[in-house]
Amino acid sequence: MENIKIWLKKNLFSNWYYSLITIFILYVLFSTIPTFLDWAFFKATFIGNTKSDCKSGGACWVFIKVWFDKLIYGFYPEKDLWRVNLTFLILIFSVALAFFVKDKFKMYILFFIIFIFPFIGFILIRGGFGLDQVETRVWGGLALTFMLTFFGIIFAFPLGVLLALGRRSELPVFRYFCIAFIEFWRGIPLITVIFAAAIMFPLFIPANANVDKLLRVAIGISIFESAYIAEVVRGGLQSLPKGQYEAAKSLGMGYWRMNFLIILPQAIKTVIPGITNTFIALFKDTPLIILVGLLELLGMVNLAKSNSYWLGFAVEGYVFVGIIFWVFSYLLSRYTQSLEKKYSTEKH
Amino acid sequence: MFLTSQFKTTLKKNLQPLNLLPQVFLILLIIYIVYFFSKNTEINLDSRNLNFGFDFLSNNAGFDIQFSLINYDGSSSYAKSYLVGLLNTLLVAFFGIIFATILGFIVGISRLSTNWMLNKLSLIYVELFRNLPLILQIFFWYFVVIRSLPSTEKSVIILNFLTINLQGFYIPKFIFSNFVFIFYGFILALAVTFFLRYYATKVFYESAKVIPVFKIFLLLVIIFPIIFALLGDVKITIEYPKLVKNFGIFNYLGGVKLVPEFLALLFSLSLYTSAFIAENVRAGILAISKGQKEASKSLGFNNSQTLKLIVIPQALRVIIPPTTNQYLNLTKNSSLAAAIGYPDLTGVFAGTALSQTGKAIEIIFIVMMTYLTISLIISIILNWYNKKIALVER
Repeated sequence: MENIKIWLKKNLFSNWYYSLITIFILYVLFSTIPTFLDWAFFKATFIGNTKSDCKSGGACWVFIKVWFDKLIYGFYPEKDLWRVNLTFLILIFSVALAFFVKDKFKMYILFFIIFIFPFIGFILIRGGFGLDQVETRVWGGLALTFMLTFFGIIFAFPLGVLLALGRRSELPVFRYFCIAFIEFWRGIPLITVIFAAAIMFPLFIPANANVDKLLRVAIGISIFESAYIAEVVRGGLQSLPKGQYEAAKSLGMGYWRMNFLIILPQAIKTVIPGITNTFIALFKDTPLIILVGLLELLGMVNLAKSNSYWLGFAVEGYVFVGIIFWVFSYLLSRYTQSLEKKYSTEKH
Repeated sequence: MFLTSQFKTTLKKNLQPLNLLPQVFLILLIIYIVYFFSKNTEINLDSRNLNFGFDFLSNNAGFDIQFSLINYDGSSSYAKSYLVGLLNTLLVAFFGIIFATILGFIVGISRLSTNWMLNKLSLIYVELFRNLPLILQIFFWYFVVIRSLPSTEKSVIILNFLTINLQGFYIPKFIFSNFVFIFYGFILALAVTFFLRYYATKVFYESAKVIPVFKIFLLLVIIFPIIFALLGDVKITIEYPKLVKNFGIFNYLGGVKLVPEFLALLFSLSLYTSAFIAENVRAGILAISKGQKEASKSLGFNNSQTLKLIVIPQALRVIIPPTTNQYLNLTKNSSLAAAIGYPDLTGVFAGTALSQTGKAIEIIFIVMMTYLTISLIISIILNWYNKKIALVER
């Protein structure tokens, strides 16, 4: 009891204005949280299949339940949903496996995820080899969000590393090209890139070469993010002492061997937090494709909430989307922080 | 002499075949890509009976923009619609930066508060707003919060100043006659402060006396414009928004109307960016070692002097570079306006004007170049400032 008193005195009521602030915050919390809980849980409707089941005045989670498949898979044909599920199961399984095996095998799993899995996933989701073709315009929902993020990561990362190396190259043509390239992409908003990819780019290629809109947008997003990755990696490269380069050269290593075996492993290790932050940004940016008519998770919610039968459930939809995005972003940033701690102790 | 010899070595190095060949190859590749794209563009434009050019800018735009800082109507040119869009972008970015900075500093300092409740609440604030996609936040403000405001007849009026309803926010319009005199007073206050600061620095180094320049500046900036206003016979008329009934529909007329799209965008941009700025502020203050504060105390500075002369100047050095980036991000993110129909540069020009004219290449080029220019200007200004306050090491 005495301890609690001391704790309260020290942490909540240490002086008069802190006491005022504490009381004010308590007042605000007590006046908002019960209302919210009532809405989200106690008065909410969880059971039912139609709009008329929602009469209690609270949140209508039936809305999410009815639209669930659409929110997750978009308009992907129902009988083929197992293909999307299988693809993501393979990915989750291989990532989970990477946590439990020795470092030596991690390399193989990484190799599988980067070089083999994309082809398996593409064939499974897009069709071919005996599977029905599924056009990209019916892809959507959370699955599309993840696909874009994954595509973005595996393309933006290597490109970003090359750009960072180019920016520090001794060859002026490469250096100035990379500087111009990076600064251009960093100076414009992602929306203009998406517009350009969707509307302008088809004019640049031969009329008969039909590049899929989703692919164009995905490439646009990847190039955009690669410029940010490049700047993060450059930070890592700059933090390395000159001695590392000199040591590598004195061992007789050439440019590529020096960079890939000595420089980059060290540089990238120091900037892992920055790289993950860029990936989180990429994940949070994917909903922007709504603007060119591609419907990922948020787009599907917008579609569902403006369905004439299901009008008026915008809040439920946005809360659902918010929870999904928040959980993934938060977990990733938490994981990054733990990595940061791990590597900072290794240094000493 | 040295320069030329260095230049010669660089040149020599670059002329070695192993270094020269890839560079020549890259140049040829770029030329080929440009050629390939422009050739295709020519063919594609020809087949669609379009031509490349910026003449369309002087044509009549023929569409209306509901929120504009300058006079604009359907008979104005595309160039003018571009200007309207640009000004709207700058408007929301300007106020967004101000609000995000204020909120960011408040939350960032609260994160370090010893008050447990304040501390945890600001942590929740930061984690909540920065981990949600900005476009979701914009939709939430626009489709949920603003849609749940009271209707026009039931408007909420706060202190007879701010009127809130579904149509947006209304504030009174201040109309000044001879406004220029107030401006003169303001300029004079700035000029006097400028010289005072110079003088104060001199006095400080000579006799260690501190002249409270900032307090004097605050005083002057209030007093001078008022004196000038009295001398120059400045009259202020306040135009309040009035509730009018037209054909059975209630509406507010007069005053300044802030449309819901603007408000939704402003709120979401400010809150989203403030979460990032708060983290910068927190990191900046934490970066100052305890020794600095102790040293300052042992020199006899009191708490506010320590904060003002020791902590803040050093913390700002850490805070400013990443915060600059956030300002740039906010400006670029304001282009998400297109998603809710706020007529910013992207919405008006890359949206409406593009779909009307079909001039995809020209319009997207103009829009990209505009954002690039804004980004460059902001980063040049802040780099200059950053250099000015950077640590001077011996």
